[in-house]
Amino acid sequence: MTALPEETTKALGLVIDLDTCVGCHACAVNCKEWNTGGHSAPLTDEDPYGGDTVGVWFNRIHAFEVGEGDMGRTVHFPRSCLHCETPACVTVCPTGASYKREADGIVLVDEDLCIGCKLCSWACPYGAREYDHDAGVMKKCTLCIDRIYNENLPEAERVPACVSTCPAGARHFGDLSDPASAVSELVAARGGFDLMPELGMKPTNKYLPPRPRTNTRKEADSAGPMEQAGGFLGLLDRVFSR
Amino acid sequence: MHPAYSVIFFTVSSGIGFGMLMIAGGLAAIGRMPIDGVFGFVVMAAALATAAAGLLSSTLHLGHPERAWRALSQWRTSWLSREGIAAIATFPTALLFGWGWVIAGSLAFPYACAGGIAALLALATVYSTGKIYQSLVTIRAWHDSLVTPVYVALALASGALWLAVIARALNYADPAMTHLPIGLLVLGWLMKWRYWVRRDTDTGGPTVGTATGLGRDGTPVRLLESPHTQENFVMREMGYRIARKHAVKLRRVAQVLAFALPIVLTGLAMLPAMAGWPALAFSLLAAALGTIGIATERWLFFAEARHAVTLYYGAERA
Ligand code: SF4
Ligand code: SF4
Ligand code: SF4
Repeated sequence: MTALPEETTKALGLVIDLDTCVGCHACAVNCKEWNTGGHSAPLTDEDPYGGDTVGVWFNRIHAFEVGEGDMGRTVHFPRSCLHCETPACVTVCPTGASYKREADGIVLVDEDLCIGCKLCSWACPYGAREYDHDAGVMKKCTLCIDRIYNENLPEAERVPACVSTCPAGARHFGDLSDPASAVSELVAARGGFDLMPELGMKPTNKYLPPRPRTNTRKEADSAGPMEQAGGFLGLLDRVFSR
Repeated sequence: MHPAYSVIFFTVSSGIGFGMLMIAGGLAAIGRMPIDGVFGFVVMAAALATAAAGLLSSTLHLGHPERAWRALSQWRTSWLSREGIAAIATFPTALLFGWGWVIAGSLAFPYACAGGIAALLALATVYSTGKIYQSLVTIRAWHDSLVTPVYVALALASGALWLAVIARALNYADPAMTHLPIGLLVLGWLMKWRYWVRRDTDTGGPTVGTATGLGRDGTPVRLLESPHTQENFVMREMGYRIARKHAVKLRRVAQVLAFALPIVLTGLAMLPAMAGWPALAFSLLAAALGTIGIATERWLFFAEARHAVTLYYGAERA
């Protein structure tokens, strides 16, 4: 049913820390690894060993340059489904294949209903839906429903694959509708924000901003290595300092 | 947005069919249609065949065409679902109308009524098509209140152009059929012109700063590295970009072919000195050029539209 639930019991989602993400792509790789055998399996790759590979991934890691000159910095930016509260990807779906779960707010595709019209991918501002040409259906992040509720896994591992793998601790999983949850507290403490709030999808996932820089160019200079003289002067320097 | 030929063919072809049905059904409902089986047959066959061909091509590009019927279920929220229902409801009503016109030889009560209802359902179908695009907030060029009116106006204009050809070929020179294209083309041109001016002067919309949240305070943000070295589905489907100078040229081509020439040619066909074969030839040329022009306009509608997701792949504003 593509009508959205009036409210969801929980709002499970991710909090991604842009301050600590090092852009290693480990989360994307583990996502692909888990999900190609998971709920939406397989995550098809076309021409996997050729020169023009196109494949379905649920998580993509971009890198942006933020600020100019001395204040410029590189920010690594993981992008995946934000499990929005009012997602247009669900309401535009003509078949009812796309739906938002009332219990936990997770947005899923029922592949047995999907006709592969791709309209939902047009309706998502965040590029979170990738079409599987092989299966003829739309695929997307499931927030690892087959991990987070999986009683065969040790409790500590019942988190999305990306969260379990991140070596920098940049990804957090929890209930964002509960103001007392660890993720909500993190968002409050660090000023977590929504992506493109002006488009009205009300994303559940939040991003934490990079912390302000503390080292200025000057400090960096004075802490830098001494300059080594080269050429004839360098030779003299080396001879006389024996 | 990637201009897929199946979608362009679908909207142009079914636009002609549903547009012709709107006019034929509407004129029948007010008693302005000649009760002539041959004329009725040609009009209904042309309208239903182009509408059906368009709909068929739109289902063929689906990943699972055999499940297309499922698309009728979500009319509560989805304009695509509503479009499907309106399109399917149009056919039996139009067939009843056609039965009366061609076989029963009557455009009296039940048949004229069916014609009027078929016209309204055809209108609902094209309106829904426009709304599918207009309701997407992710594509600013489509989230414009003129998108749906332009779809309806161009469906009517292209249907009127071909109806005029049939009327001239079968010697029905009722001005309601032969002069109508001019009014509809002028209306469509004015709206499309206004739409282009509005698009060109629009400076709003999300930016790479709001898409990443890193430039909310005005800090400049630039893409440094894309996540992948090959294109992915998102870039192929939504990353299409057309150079500005090509777009300007194609807009001119579209205006000449879709509006200017068909208006002039339809006008020439109306001259008393042109009666007979010359009028038919002008009218046919007007319809053919108009169709190519509207296909160009439709191609541009996709090619010029920028999707918000391009902000993650190097665009600054979308
Ligand atoms: S991020 Fe996109 S796909 Fe995910 S819920 Fe939001 S609108 Fe839908
Ligand atoms: S591609 Fe599938 S999930 Fe997406 S809108 Fe179409 S039917 Fe729904
Ligand atoms: S695994 Fe962690 S650090 Fe590496 S790209 Fe993903 S979020 Fe960033």
